[in-house]
Amino acid sequence: MKTWDAIVVGGGHNGLVNACYLQRAGLDVLVVEKNDWVGGAATSRELAPGFLYSNCSYVCSLFRPEIMRDLELPRFGLQVIAYEGGAVFTRDGDYLANYRDHDAHRREFARFSKRDAEAYDRYARDVTRQCRFIQPLLMRTAPDPTSLRPRDVGELMYLAKKIWDLGPSQMAETLRFWTMSISDFLDEYFETDVIKANFSISGIIGTALGPMSPGTAYVLLHHYMGEVDGSVGAWGYARGGMGAITKALSASFQASGGTIRTGAEVDKVLVRDGKATGVVLANGEEIFGKLVVSNADVKRTFLKLVEEKELPDIFLRRVRNFKIRGSSGKVNIALDSLPEFPALPKDSPCYRGDMHFTDSVERMERAYDDWKAGRWSADPFLDMMIPTTLDPTMTPPGKHFMSCFVQYCPPKVEGRDWTDADRDAFAETVIAQIADYSPGFRDRIVHMEVRTPRELEAEVGLTEGNIFQGELTFDQLLFNRPVPGYAQYRSPVGGLYMCGSSTHPGGGVMGAPGRNAAAEILRDLSKPTRHMSPAHDVI
Amino acid sequence: MAKTAKISSPYAARIAARGHFRTLRLDTPFQPRIDALMKRNDWYDWGGYRAANSLWDEELEYFAIRSQAALFDISPMVKYGIEGPDAEAFLNRVTLRNVSKLKPGRVHYTAWCDDEGHVLDDGTLFRLSDERFRLCCQERHLPWLLDSAIGYDVSVAEQTEAIAGLALQGPTSFAILRAAGFAGIERLKVFDLADFEHQNGTVTISRTGFTGDLGYELFVSAELALSLWDRLMEAGRLHGIRAIGYTALNRARLEAGLIVANADFSTAEHALRADRVRMPDEIGLGFMVDLEKGHFNGRRAIEIARKNKKLRHILVGLEIEGNIPADHAIVYHRGKKEVGLVSAAGWSPLAKRNIAIASLARPFGDTVTDDLWVEIYALRELKYEKLMKRAKVVPRPFIKLDRRTANPPADF
Repeated sequence: MKTWDAIVVGGGHNGLVNACYLQRAGLDVLVVEKNDWVGGAATSRELAPGFLYSNCSYVCSLFRPEIMRDLELPRFGLQVIAYEGGAVFTRDGDYLANYRDHDAHRREFARFSKRDAEAYDRYARDVTRQCRFIQPLLMRTAPDPTSLRPRDVGELMYLAKKIWDLGPSQMAETLRFWTMSISDFLDEYFETDVIKANFSISGIIGTALGPMSPGTAYVLLHHYMGEVDGSVGAWGYARGGMGAITKALSASFQASGGTIRTGAEVDKVLVRDGKATGVVLANGEEIFGKLVVSNADVKRTFLKLVEEKELPDIFLRRVRNFKIRGSSGKVNIALDSLPEFPALPKDSPCYRGDMHFTDSVERMERAYDDWKAGRWSADPFLDMMIPTTLDPTMTPPGKHFMSCFVQYCPPKVEGRDWTDADRDAFAETVIAQIADYSPGFRDRIVHMEVRTPRELEAEVGLTEGNIFQGELTFDQLLFNRPVPGYAQYRSPVGGLYMCGSSTHPGGGVMGAPGRNAAAEILRDLSKPTRHMSPAHDVI
Repeated sequence: MAKTAKISSPYAARIAARGHFRTLRLDTPFQPRIDALMKRNDWYDWGGYRAANSLWDEELEYFAIRSQAALFDISPMVKYGIEGPDAEAFLNRVTLRNVSKLKPGRVHYTAWCDDEGHVLDDGTLFRLSDERFRLCCQERHLPWLLDSAIGYDVSVAEQTEAIAGLALQGPTSFAILRAAGFAGIERLKVFDLADFEHQNGTVTISRTGFTGDLGYELFVSAELALSLWDRLMEAGRLHGIRAIGYTALNRARLEAGLIVANADFSTAEHALRADRVRMPDEIGLGFMVDLEKGHFNGRRAIEIARKNKKLRHILVGLEIEGNIPADHAIVYHRGKKEVGLVSAAGWSPLAKRNIAIASLARPFGDTVTDDLWVEIYALRELKYEKLMKRAKVVPRPFIKLDRRTANPPADF
C-alpha cells in the first residue's frame, strides 16, 4: 500500500498552490478532488455548447505574482487581461464611470461633484497607505501573540515595529480604518451618493455585512491589494476564464511529478493516535499519507472530515462559531449578442470592465436588510461583467458570457432550505435589474446558470457559499484566522494542515494561504524552501 | 443664426460632459496656436493637459527667456476664485502669509499647510479687489479649501478650465506689452496686477513670473485666449517673441532658485511615506510663516516644531564645482555620510555655474555647511562616469537681474 508524502484534500487554487510547492520541494504529493474537474471556486466550465463559464470566481487581481513566478504559471499558459474601466449606472439615466487614466477619473467625478473630483487623491493616498502596511503581511505566517518562541516573538516585533513606524496619527488612522464601516470611511472624503456607492462595492463583496457595518473598510483594502502584471490595484480576466488559473497550476503540478485524482470525494481524514495518516474516500477507499493538507474551509475540515473526539472542545467551539455566513449568489449567463446599455456610449471602455446598478450606499444597506431578514435582496447589488469583451476564447464569435455576482443572498430562506422556485425567483431579481438598464436583454439569453448558497455549497464545497471561506472581519484576521492558537496552518491533529482561504491572509484568488501553508509544512519537515520567492518588497 | 445649445440643468450639464473619456489630455485654449508652432511633437502631461516640453529647440527657447521674450502657456495651472466679505480672513486662516498686508492689485507667493504643519502646496495669491482673490497652484485643493471655508462668508470656485493664462517673460516683455497697446503697463511694479481692456473683455496682467527675469503673466477668460495670443505675437514680432515649452522654463526657474511642488518637495496630500512630508521651514518657505496674525492651518504644529527644534530638513541652493549637472545626486558630508538629495540641477548659462537645489538633513546645510560633496553618476555611452564634486551652499536665487525689478522697466 502506497503512502504519499502528502495528500491535499481539495483541488482549489490554494490546494494546488500548496501541492505545487510541496511537490517541488521533493515530496510525493497527491491531490484528491471530489468533482470530476479541478479548480474549486476558480473554474471554467462549458455549461452551454461552446460557452465557457467562469461560474464561481470571475476576476483576478489578488493572485500573488511571487507565486505565479515560482510555479511558472505564464509558461503553463496563464494570461491575465486587465480590464479597462467600470461603471455604476444611476437611476436618472446616467452613469458614473471609473477610468484608469487619473485625469479622466477626476473629470468623470467632476460631472457629479467638483469637490469629490478633487478629493480622490487624498482618498487614494490614504487607502494606498493602508495597503502598503498590510501587503507585506500577506506572504508571512501570522505570529502567535501568546507564544514565546523566538520566531513568534520576532514576527511580533516586526509587526510592532511596522505599527510604530506609522507614527502616532497614522497609527490612529490605521486602527480606525481596520474597524470602521466603509460608509463612514467614505463620508470623510466624498459627498456624492453614487461616488460613495462606487467605492463601497469593494467593502461588501463576499461579505455578510452591509456598507454601514463596522469592519467593511478593511474588506475594501482586501480588494485593493492586487495587481495585473505589475499594474497595481488593477483587476483582470484570466484568458479562458478563471479555470485558466487552476489549469496552469495543475499543469505546473503535474509537470513537476504531482498526481491529481478527480471524482474522489474525501469522506474522512484518518487519524491515529492524534495524527493524520490519510483519508477515506466516499467510496470507502483508503489512501495513506504522511500528512494531510485540507484546502476545504475550516468548518468542513473539522466538523465533517475529522471525528469530533480528535479535537479539543475549545477548538471545536471556535470552529463552530467561526463566521462563514453565505451572503452572495452567482448568475452566469450565455448571451446571443452583446447587450446594449443606452446610458453608456457604445465606445465606452466600461463595457470592458465591471458594471453595477446600485447607485447609493443606502440602497446597498437596504439590500443587506433583506439578507438579515433571511430573504434575498429584492433590489440586489450586482457586480456584473462581460469578460468576452476582452477574451474571445470563452464563446463562439459574436456571442458573450456574462458573470453576475449577486449580493445579498442568504444561506437559508427565512430559515428553511432553498427550493428551485426560490432559486428562479432570485434569478429573476437579477435579470429584471439588468433589463431595466438594457432593453431587450432577456431576448439575448441563451442559457443561464443560477447559483445560490445552496448550489455553491453543494457543488463547490464552500460552507454556506461564503466565497472567502470565512468573513474578513478584524476578529477573524491575522493570528485569529481561523481560530486563535491555530493561525499557523497547523491544527490540533498532528500532520493535518489547513491551506484554504479560512486561513491567513484570507479569501480571494490569491494563493497566499496555500503558499504560506507549504512554507510551514516544509519547515516542520526541515526541508529547504529555496524554491519559494520571498514576498515582493514594499519600499 | 446658429443657436448654441443651452445647458439648462445640472443633469443636462452632466450628460453633456460624458464624452470626456475620448480625450484623455485636454487642449488648452491656446492649443491651435501652439500646435501650429509645434515642430517637435514633444508633449508632456501637465495636470491632464497636453503641454509642450519643447516646440522647436529647447536651448534657443531658453535663450528667448533671457535675451528676447518667451511666451509660455500656463493655462493648466490650477486656479481657484475666492470671493466674499470674509475672503481675506479665510485666506489668512488657510495660507501662511498675512493676507491683510496684500493690497488689492497685488500678488504674493505663499503656501499652505495641513493641521500638522506639512505643506500642501505653494502658489501665488492674486488680490483682484478687496473681496476677490485668485489662488494659482500646482495641485488640486478644492475639498481642503471648502472645508476650511466653513464658518466664513466666502465662496470658492474652481476656475482652471475657464481661465486661460500666459506667461510673457524676458527682457523685451515690457516693450511687447506696450507695443500691444496695454496703456499704463509701465506703471506695474513687481507683484502688481491690473486689468486691461482686451477685445470686449479684460485681461488681468501681473508683473510676475517663474523665471527671475522681467516678465508678466496674463489671465483671460478662455474665449479671449486666441485673440490675446495673436495680439502679443503681432506686437512681439520685432521684439523677438518666441513660444516656448517647459524644458526651457525649468532651466530659468532653477536659476531663479524657485521650487516646484512634487519635484523639489512632496506635497502632504500625495506623500505615501510618513517621512516625506515637509514643513515650510524645511523647504525654504519659513519666511512666509506670519506669527503676528491670528490662527492659521498648521500654526500650532509649526510653532511646536520650531520650539522643539524638530525641523529635520532644509532646502538649500548648491553651487557644485565643474560643469556636469548633478540631477538627483546624493549629497555627502566629508564624502562619506549621506546627508541629502539634489532635486533639481543644471548648468546655469547666466551664472556660468553648476547649480542645484537640494534637500539636506539638518544640521547639514544649516549649521554645518562645510565639506559637502555630491556624487554624480553621469551616464555616458552606457558607462557611469562617477564624479565626487565639492558643493557649496549658496543663497538663492542663483541669478539676480536688475531688469526684473527696474521701474519703469527698461525698453529693450
